[in-house]
Amino acid sequence: MATLRDVKKRIKTVESTERITKAMEMVAASKLRRAQQRVEETRPYSKKMDEMLSHLATGSTGDIVHPYFEERDVKKQTVVVFTSDRGLCGSFNANVIRKINGWMKKNSDVETEIVTVGKKASDLLKKHQNPLVGNFSDWGGSLEMGKARELVSFLSERFVAGETDRIILFFTRFLSTVRYKLVDELYLPIAKPDVSNNETKVNSYYIFEPTPEIIYSALMPSYVTTKMVTALVESFASEHGSRMMAMGNATKNAGEMRQTLTLEYNKARQGQITKELLEVISGAEALVG
Amino acid sequence: MFSLSVVTPEKVHYELEAKSLIVPGSEGYLGVLAHHAPLITVLKPGRLEFVDSDDKMHLLSVSVGFLEVSDNKATILADAVEEADSIDIDRAQKAYDRAQDRVTKAFEKGTDISLERARKSLQRALNRINIYKEIN
Repeated sequence: MATLRDVKKRIKTVESTERITKAMEMVAASKLRRAQQRVEETRPYSKKMDEMLSHLATGSTGDIVHPYFEERDVKKQTVVVFTSDRGLCGSFNANVIRKINGWMKKNSDVETEIVTVGKKASDLLKKHQNPLVGNFSDWGGSLEMGKARELVSFLSERFVAGETDRIILFFTRFLSTVRYKLVDELYLPIAKPDVSNNETKVNSYYIFEPTPEIIYSALMPSYVTTKMVTALVESFASEHGSRMMAMGNATKNAGEMRQTLTLEYNKARQGQITKELLEVISGAEALVG
Repeated sequence: MFSLSVVTPEKVHYELEAKSLIVPGSEGYLGVLAHHAPLITVLKPGRLEFVDSDDKMHLLSVSVGFLEVSDNKATILADAVEEADSIDIDRAQKAYDRAQDRVTKAFEKGTDISLERARKSLQRALNRINIYKEIN
């Protein structure tokens, strides 16, 4: 049986762990709130951008001539894996890595290179047989526009230069505080907007200033940046959400453990008192006898 | 009247009914009134002006962006907009100085890309300063 001191020591350890996990849960919760707000703020912009692109495609005659739309035979492809920089967020990173590994096994006939976002992905995929061509870490769990642009230009330059024929993003979409969904989204080439079945077809007498080509070349960089920003903020929000849940569970477990340990401690203490009493009584009896 | 929305990646700035709108199109300033013909255009840094349903005039600085008009709806998608009375003049001035510096440096080095970028940020900063001066 554990001695009183040992149990007391363990109670202390569990208590301090509980305090730490509790604090981490609160930090994650406040970061989640901010990230969630960010997700909601970016949605209208990206929705309007989609609409504008679709109207542009419907309204302008002739083919879309922008390199981002160019569909080639896929000989080489790039996967972008979104994970967190830091751990202690439950199965958040493990899920992403599992999905990407499964996907790559299925698509092993095409030469695939990896670009990672977040430290965890580069740590976990470093030893992968597929080459790691880029790594964008140290976000600190929030969006940094300059860095996002760097990532966008890195990817789009690779695509335009023909070093890759297809770029796919693997990230966690934020549905609610307790619901996330792992998605794979084609990033480049951009799927041509569906022109055939569009209610604005009737309105195809748009005026373009100066020309559709120039508008495309101005719109497309913004479009791909917006898409990337969306993926990033969704992933960050999911990360904070997962961490909040993981830390919440840890706090709960620590609390339970503390209770069992306290019970054990009290039992041991009671046992010791009984033992001492017995000793005193038997000592007294010996004197009398 | 037509509905106007001004949206940036940060937030939806305005979503209201407007009487008129003047934007800095890439080919020059253009005005939009109710039932304008469908239009898509590129915006360059400049002043954005609109009159809301209470006849109140709003003045904003806009960096690059796009304008779409269709079905009596005008949508402005911009990288950034700032209401004239909330422009931080010190920040704008600093951005201007920095951009000026970068232009000089890029010019000396002769790199086209960074010169182009520096010129653009100089333009944006100057635009903000000008609009600030307009109301102060």
